[in-house]
Amino acid sequence: MGLVHILVTLFLSIVIALLAKGKWRSWAILVASTLSIFWLQPASPIRHLDFWFPTLSLALAALVWQVVITKDKTRDRENRVTFLTIAGLILALGLTRYIGKGTLLTSTRPPFLGSITLVLILLAGLYFLISRLKTKGLTLASLGAIVILALFVVLKSQPLAEAASRGFRLITGQSVELASAMDLQWLGFSYIAFRLLHVLRDHTLGRLPPLSLREFVCFVLFFPALPAGPIDRVERFQKDLAAPTQLTSESALEAGGRVILGIFKKFVLADGLAYFALSALNASQVHSSTWLWVMLYAYGFRIYLDFSGYTDVAIGSGLLLGVRLPENFNRPYFKPNITTFWNSWHITLAQWFRGYFFNPLTRAMRTARVKLPTWTIILLGQVSTMALIGLWHGIAWNFLLWGLWHGLGLFLHNRWVALQRSQPGWFPQNLMSREALKVLSVAFTFHFVLIGWIPFVIPEVDQILDVFLRLFGA
Amino acid sequence: MSETKPSLRSDNRAPGRFLRNVLLKTLILLIFLSLGFAWLNPIQGMGRISLYNTLYPGRLRLPFGEDFEQSYNLSILQLEAMFSSHEISAGDKPENELRVLLLGDSSIWGFLLSPDQTLSAELNKRDDVTDDNRIIKFYNLGYPTMSVMKDLMLLNFAQRYELDIVVWFVTLESLPLQKQVESPLVQYNPEPALSLIDRFGLGIDSQDTRFVDRTFLDRTLVGQRRELADLIRLQLLGVMWAATGIDHVIPKIYEPLQVELEEDLDFQDYQPGDLNSEELALDVIQAGIHLMEETPVIIVNEPILIATGQNSDLRYNSFYPRWAYDEYREILGAKALESNWSYLDLWDTVPAHMFTDSAIHYSPEGVKLVVDHLSATIRLAAHPLP
Repeated sequence: MGLVHILVTLFLSIVIALLAKGKWRSWAILVASTLSIFWLQPASPIRHLDFWFPTLSLALAALVWQVVITKDKTRDRENRVTFLTIAGLILALGLTRYIGKGTLLTSTRPPFLGSITLVLILLAGLYFLISRLKTKGLTLASLGAIVILALFVVLKSQPLAEAASRGFRLITGQSVELASAMDLQWLGFSYIAFRLLHVLRDHTLGRLPPLSLREFVCFVLFFPALPAGPIDRVERFQKDLAAPTQLTSESALEAGGRVILGIFKKFVLADGLAYFALSALNASQVHSSTWLWVMLYAYGFRIYLDFSGYTDVAIGSGLLLGVRLPENFNRPYFKPNITTFWNSWHITLAQWFRGYFFNPLTRAMRTARVKLPTWTIILLGQVSTMALIGLWHGIAWNFLLWGLWHGLGLFLHNRWVALQRSQPGWFPQNLMSREALKVLSVAFTFHFVLIGWIPFVIPEVDQILDVFLRLFGA
Repeated sequence: MSETKPSLRSDNRAPGRFLRNVLLKTLILLIFLSLGFAWLNPIQGMGRISLYNTLYPGRLRLPFGEDFEQSYNLSILQLEAMFSSHEISAGDKPENELRVLLLGDSSIWGFLLSPDQTLSAELNKRDDVTDDNRIIKFYNLGYPTMSVMKDLMLLNFAQRYELDIVVWFVTLESLPLQKQVESPLVQYNPEPALSLIDRFGLGIDSQDTRFVDRTFLDRTLVGQRRELADLIRLQLLGVMWAATGIDHVIPKIYEPLQVELEEDLDFQDYQPGDLNSEELALDVIQAGIHLMEETPVIIVNEPILIATGQNSDLRYNSFYPRWAYDEYREILGAKALESNWSYLDLWDTVPAHMFTDSAIHYSPEGVKLVVDHLSATIRLAAHPLP
């Protein structure tokens, strides 16, 4: 997402904030979000895939909504209008094919209107099929989750993504030899998937509030948070969307401040550091461990400033629209241990995994017939959760290593705290001042995280080891 | 006593009006800053602010490059910034140093050569010292565009570095009058270029429309945003230069040298017999020699590829038909003799197989050969006979 995209998003948010009042605000957000996913979707070398991906995002949202809703006759008309609005927007975007160069809001020319209509009819058929199956008492939430996870695995695994690209190229009659995992860049899919999985799970647990299609699509595809999160919770988002908020000068000031801060972090600081941040290429070229450290520090700060910058922009834009998105970062590099680091780094992702994986897993282990010692439960819980978070970034060894590094760090910290509690006499109380201890802890945690970035940025395990050894002068 | 939170004066105002005011004030501030920038025009001065030679070592050659993500280098056309990033700007000249400047085109800059393979690097490896124990240190001020006017501009700028000897590599391609303003470095630095044209009465058209005349608007903050970004980028890329010593991408595979030549007798716009000394910017070379006053300037006719393939009886290479190059050598040799230049003709020094991707770019082996031929002349200039 470039500066132009951000400025347009900001402009759109201001216009909606000023002009769309009451219920029109969520309608405006719906239209803006629908158009944004097409506009922000990067071009794909596979013909029309950059049109089908956003269409699929909308379809997934609508289908999952159909899976999770409880019938509410009072909102039937509104839902029908929403459905038709979305379909109408997709068709209207398809029509831009025939205007000028045909790339008015899409990266490449949209497919023929006939193809779009056919796909929309098929999706509508699926939508009504789900509705019929539900009336027959079938629960489709698990199936929905499996489909989303399967899509996720294909997109995040290089060999599978390549195979899928070959398949698409066969269908479109393009060269199979040129197939690449990079062909399948689905804008915001990771975040869309998390939101949908959260909704499906909450539906299964009976915790989901009633939602209209409009509210649901706005939640899943909320345009400020589409490319880089944060991952909101639907019940919280719904409250903000329904609240009769009015933009005040204070909220406008807060929002503007966040956006400017975000732009500065991303486009000045992070992009500046990018010139010498560690990468697989420059790691193989650098000839001294001092410079390798400099590059690693640059990477550590760059990734934080880049990601938190985008989050600031999303939160700022959300504020203009009356939606207070959750915070994703809270000074993570100033935390005294790895547990508090993970409470302040990509907070919404960590909370998601805690709520939907770690807690159920450890609960299951605690109540299992075969009693496991506490340390084993914690070890398995922490390591598997972090391994999954690692694999969320991409199904590859390096991300798994990164996850394991943090998982083991969390486990060791947990055991260290437990030991301090159970054996306080083993730890001298007056060894150094509390402040000095805190500084040391922060420095230690920061460097633990920093070294963890090596497998995150370098894909080959051999090179990871080489960089690690060279950092320490080997 | 209770503390009250300071409230914004704008509380009661409509957000639309508030936003409008913020945007208006921002716009006014931006306009003032931009106009102030245009009025002060500090861009050249800003080029002097450099982390090179302090935080990281100076570059061994002038900044030039198209792919900064891989070469950790970029083309920048601000002379101050270019020189500030170069090792020649590293403090005062040491007393025990004899400073030799190499001037010329991409073959001197070292296209397809790493920084430690260039002519200057190879000469420095010889660790030559003068009779009075001064270390002979060579500096690479070659720049990859072909124009002796560009060289004169660089030489003029480099005067401040207390030069002892200048070795100026020229070739026919860098001499035609109409080519002198083709270099972007000349086009985007009209003030020093025009000042030299005026001072030495050079035959280059000072009204040439290729000189970039910056309007007031071009000099504003907005107008010079790219130049500013390049200044910052050059500083940031210094880290990778220091960390890797890389300033140029040398591809494993490149466009092979053209040895089978076209049956074409034209040299640029000239037909056989057209070329004469009036068409060549020899006055620019003369100006350079005058500019340096007592400092010896050695003019070198740089090596070219002598191809042996198809039509090699008509052409030496893809650059030069034989007639044009032979006439040029004759003209240059005669001018050197007439004007008493210190002149060295190395045109056929490097065998064809040592050329890389063009008729003037040669391999590290070629560089060593040139150095062998050059050393004696430089030594002579460094140790003048009584």
